[in-house]
Amino acid sequence: MTMTMAPGTTAGQSTHTPQVNKQSRAKRSPLASLGLHATLIGASLIAVFPIVWVVLSSFKPKQWVQSSELTLVKEPTLGNYSYVLFETNFPTWMLNSVIIALCTMAIGILMSATTGYALSRFNFPGRRKLMMVFLVTQMFPVAVLIVPIYKIMATLGLINTHASLVIAYLTIAVPFCSWMLKGYFDSIPTSLDEAASIDGCGPFQTFWRVIMPLARPGIAVTAFYTFLTAWGEVAYASAFIQTDDRFTLAYGMQQFVPQFNAQWEYLTAAAVLVTVPAGLVFLYAQRHLVSGLTAGGTKG
Amino acid sequence: MSTDTATPARTSPPPRETRRPGRLRRSWDKHWYAWAMVAPVVLVLGVLIFYPLGRGILLSFTNLTEANQLAEICSKSITGTEVCKPNPNAWEIVGVDNYVNILTGKVGEFWQQFGVTLLWTVTCVVFHYGLGLGLAVLLNRPMRGRGIYRVLLILPWAVPAFVSAFAWRFMFNEQFGLINSLFESVGLDRVEWFADWKTALLTAIIANIWLGVPFMMVTLLGGMQTIPGEQYEAAEIDGATPWQRFVNITLPGLRSVSMTVLLLGFIWTFNMFPIIFLVTGGEPAGQTEILVTGAFRSAFEGIRNYSLSSTYGVLILSILLVFSVFYRRALRKQGEVW
Repeated sequence: MTMTMAPGTTAGQSTHTPQVNKQSRAKRSPLASLGLHATLIGASLIAVFPIVWVVLSSFKPKQWVQSSELTLVKEPTLGNYSYVLFETNFPTWMLNSVIIALCTMAIGILMSATTGYALSRFNFPGRRKLMMVFLVTQMFPVAVLIVPIYKIMATLGLINTHASLVIAYLTIAVPFCSWMLKGYFDSIPTSLDEAASIDGCGPFQTFWRVIMPLARPGIAVTAFYTFLTAWGEVAYASAFIQTDDRFTLAYGMQQFVPQFNAQWEYLTAAAVLVTVPAGLVFLYAQRHLVSGLTAGGTKG
Repeated sequence: MSTDTATPARTSPPPRETRRPGRLRRSWDKHWYAWAMVAPVVLVLGVLIFYPLGRGILLSFTNLTEANQLAEICSKSITGTEVCKPNPNAWEIVGVDNYVNILTGKVGEFWQQFGVTLLWTVTCVVFHYGLGLGLAVLLNRPMRGRGIYRVLLILPWAVPAFVSAFAWRFMFNEQFGLINSLFESVGLDRVEWFADWKTALLTAIIANIWLGVPFMMVTLLGGMQTIPGEQYEAAEIDGATPWQRFVNITLPGLRSVSMTVLLLGFIWTFNMFPIIFLVTGGEPAGQTEILVTGAFRSAFEGIRNYSLSSTYGVLILSILLVFSVFYRRALRKQGEVW
């Protein structure tokens, strides 16, 4: 029941390996220990259960998916997956989504890193205003921006292209990511910049060679956030994309939800397939999530 | 604020001032790389956010819809030449009519949706923050299996929002959903979740809480790790109870993180489109619509009503702006400059 943290435990270290402090664990009474683990196990179950349930359901044939009988798995089958993978355009949609999400991620990291760095290091005129603007952009309801943005895309001839979606997703993700990265850069001592500039690095070189490598946790979180934004967005995709071969996964999945009789068995399988790539990006980024995200909050 | 390598902004003139070219030149020399670094973002935001916003504000004072957007109606005559004449019902400027119609309830259900939105936002944010803080406190202790707990607890965040919405809709399904089956197996009655607005909203709130706790938990956990361990040691030597340590060290140490995530959480939840749209779909009879989904429905179902959607947008934005201005003012009063 103690809060003694090993002195010098920085955010970065402790996210990798929990530093188990033997002494303080010994001090916790068995009852408290039991309560702690019971609470955490309960919470973890609630967190994981809906995902597990959808995964289980995706292996059931239609009549068991739509049955009120409680079964974990009955007559397991891969039929739902094979239908989704081979009878629909799902692979094409997956490819579209991967392209769009990766482009959004790459451009988003670059844009928010440079912006975050400028916000963190230089006190240029317009800096505070830009910070405010980033906050204000979070307030715009997407549903209302769709039509004007559609008109702009149409003027630019970008309707039904991947580029239109990448650009639209950048407007969603970049303000928050810049803000977050600004906080992360704030936590990197400016003495490093000064040392680099004495060694003859210009501001761009300093940024690229010195700061970017140090900011990996922050960058990993940005990667996760931008990827996820692009991966799961439906509203813009449904407005800008018109032909079946350009659908993204998120939008394509709506095909399984007709007005009345939803095809739940295919939906569950598709949901699992959609979630897997996002889960992989999550596994890559998760060890950095704690340290990378918070800096933005503490210094916001 | 960060330590800056450049001098404070106040001493340099705004970039557009041309009367004193010397100082402008100096400002440009000093700051051009900073501006170059933010230029792409400013450009994209300007074109795709602020231009539509400006247009939206203008449109909210007109009656433009899909049906009356053409200034001229052209038709092919028998000889093949095109004849155009002015559209008798072309759109026009109507002043504040849209606002009056929406705010007096003549069009749509603004006030009811506003109430639902407030209920929805406050409930979700309170639970997000409370549960996130509680779990972060538990996870911040040294113990066996901490890494595994953390991964499992953050997992809902990795699921795309529309997939989670769908998963919860699936579990709350009235005929074969898991929740009703569980209720039945322990002898309770099945609940028709989407027949009453209270239970329908409850399903959406549960889904959204499940979805949003990881973000809060992770940010707060990170905030706790920046609190120096010596403070806790000192408090322990002074004989502070765990609760006293939580109230007097942890909470103050988390203040600035909390203020940021609470504001962001409020804004995000207020505009949380997919969960309401996909989980309740406004059932029953539009009673669980929040402002964003309500705006979308009244503006885009049937003939697309561009002016109405713009008016809703301006109203939503104004509410959030007013809220954040008051929020910041309240913070500043307590000495928090942010």
